Amino acid sequence: MKTTLINRLNLWALGKGLLTTITQFFGTRAGPKLVTVTYPERRLRLHERFRGLHRLERYGDGPNKGLEKCVGCALCAAACPADVITVVAGENDPEDPHSPAERYAEVYDMDILRCIFCGMCVEACPTGAIVMKHDFELADDARGGPQGGPDKFIYHKEDLLEREFHW
Amino acid sequence: MTLMDVVWMLVRILIVFVVLLTAMAYTTYVERRFLAWFQWRMGPNRVGWLGLVQPIADGVKLLFKQELIPRMADRFLYLLAPALSFIAAFAIVSVIPVTRHFYIADVNIALLLVLALSALGSYGVILAGWSSGSKYPFLGSLRSCAQMISYELALALTCIGVVLLAGSFSLQAITTQQARMWYVIPQVLGFLVFMAAAVAETNRSPFDLPEAENELVGGYHTEYSSMKFALFFLAEYVAIINMSMLAAVLFFGGWQGPLLFGSGLAGLSGLFWFVLKTFVIIFAFIWLRATLPRFRYDQLMKFGWLVLFPLALLNVLVTAWIKVFV
Repeated sequence: MKTTLINRLNLWALGKGLLTTITQFFGTRAGPKLVTVTYPERRLRLHERFRGLHRLERYGDGPNKGLEKCVGCALCAAACPADVITVVAGENDPEDPHSPAERYAEVYDMDILRCIFCGMCVEACPTGAIVMKHDFELADDARGGPQGGPDKFIYHKEDLLEREFHW
Repeated sequence: MTLMDVVWMLVRILIVFVVLLTAMAYTTYVERRFLAWFQWRMGPNRVGWLGLVQPIADGVKLLFKQELIPRMADRFLYLLAPALSFIAAFAIVSVIPVTRHFYIADVNIALLLVLALSALGSYGVILAGWSSGSKYPFLGSLRSCAQMISYELALALTCIGVVLLAGSFSLQAITTQQARMWYVIPQVLGFLVFMAAAVAETNRSPFDLPEAENELVGGYHTEYSSMKFALFFLAEYVAIINMSMLAAVLFFGGWQGPLLFGSGLAGLSGLFWFVLKTFVIIFAFIWLRATLPRFRYDQLMKFGWLVLFPLALLNVLVTAWIKVFV
């Protein structure tokens, strides 16, 4: 196209653009067109497979009801690229076992500040003991740690087992 | 001039000053809210009812920011620059007739004064850039000044068209002349050029090159913080309000409009029309910002000198021809 003065001004395109934006303006006022949500009050539905904070699972109904699924094999720790997970396995007391296998996780710590939420631990787990839920609001106003009490970002086994998941 | 006159004058100045400050604060709010709606977002809606306390929260935040003066800065000019911008922007309001009887001053060279003061504003900008002793503000202020000067020409020339029709520089006289027909009708071309030039003059998108964030950090006020930054910010938004008021007066008959509240309250009705017209033009500013991407610098200069300037000249010529021979 020849670049004449009129072409350069491109008034047609200008008008079209202005029309588009004003339509959007009044569309927003009508309500349903919003592309954002007022976050703390309303939330987007997360995808089923969203990778949020981890949880250690227990068996549901069946012969192993209530037992921890984790057998302390530490495959998750081996798979973890960010070195988040520490597992120390212990022998089960046959009278009062923690898990249906010979061993269980005596210590299961996650340094969640290091976690990149890649989900490799979930993939590596042979018993499906570790899963990732939809909690993602993990911020805190202080780290805690040696002087200021326990480090809030190291999640221990009890936290990961008993933690209430909201979403 | 009696004592009462002086007191009344001071009261009027105070009213206008306070109202303008409030209007400026809420222009920022309205802009953020409207921009959000243009983009299908919500905009600030947290602080107070519908987020209406947001501008006050912003102001308080700015006040409590740390004052920083760069070591390489020229202290005197560095401190003078924001004050200059601020004063120039606020002084313009003094000659704008809000209603038939309410204005600070009705000067017979009002329009010239407006143009002179808005040109003075660019001193604040270039001094800020130069005295900061830093390269980004300097580049920003150079751009800004080149832009302001080139667009001021077109702006002034479109005003000439209106002056030719009204036969006066007084804004009050120009308003009263438009009792039967708004000047936007004979001056359509003038109005369009005026709007384009006004957007450029106030450094607004799509002509916001002086503060092109992705190239220049923050433009000429990069090195300013706290209240000194707030002054620039104030000046910028007051300039938008000024330009909108000026457009309302020059092209849309200012306070002229049907009487709404009976002839007893003609002043109130005038105020209503004036505010409404100003607001609509401010909305147009925001609308443009929501629509158009930023010009490249050479495009900006070419547009100013090769398109707007000749159009404005043509407008003056045609207006003068009609005035003399028709």
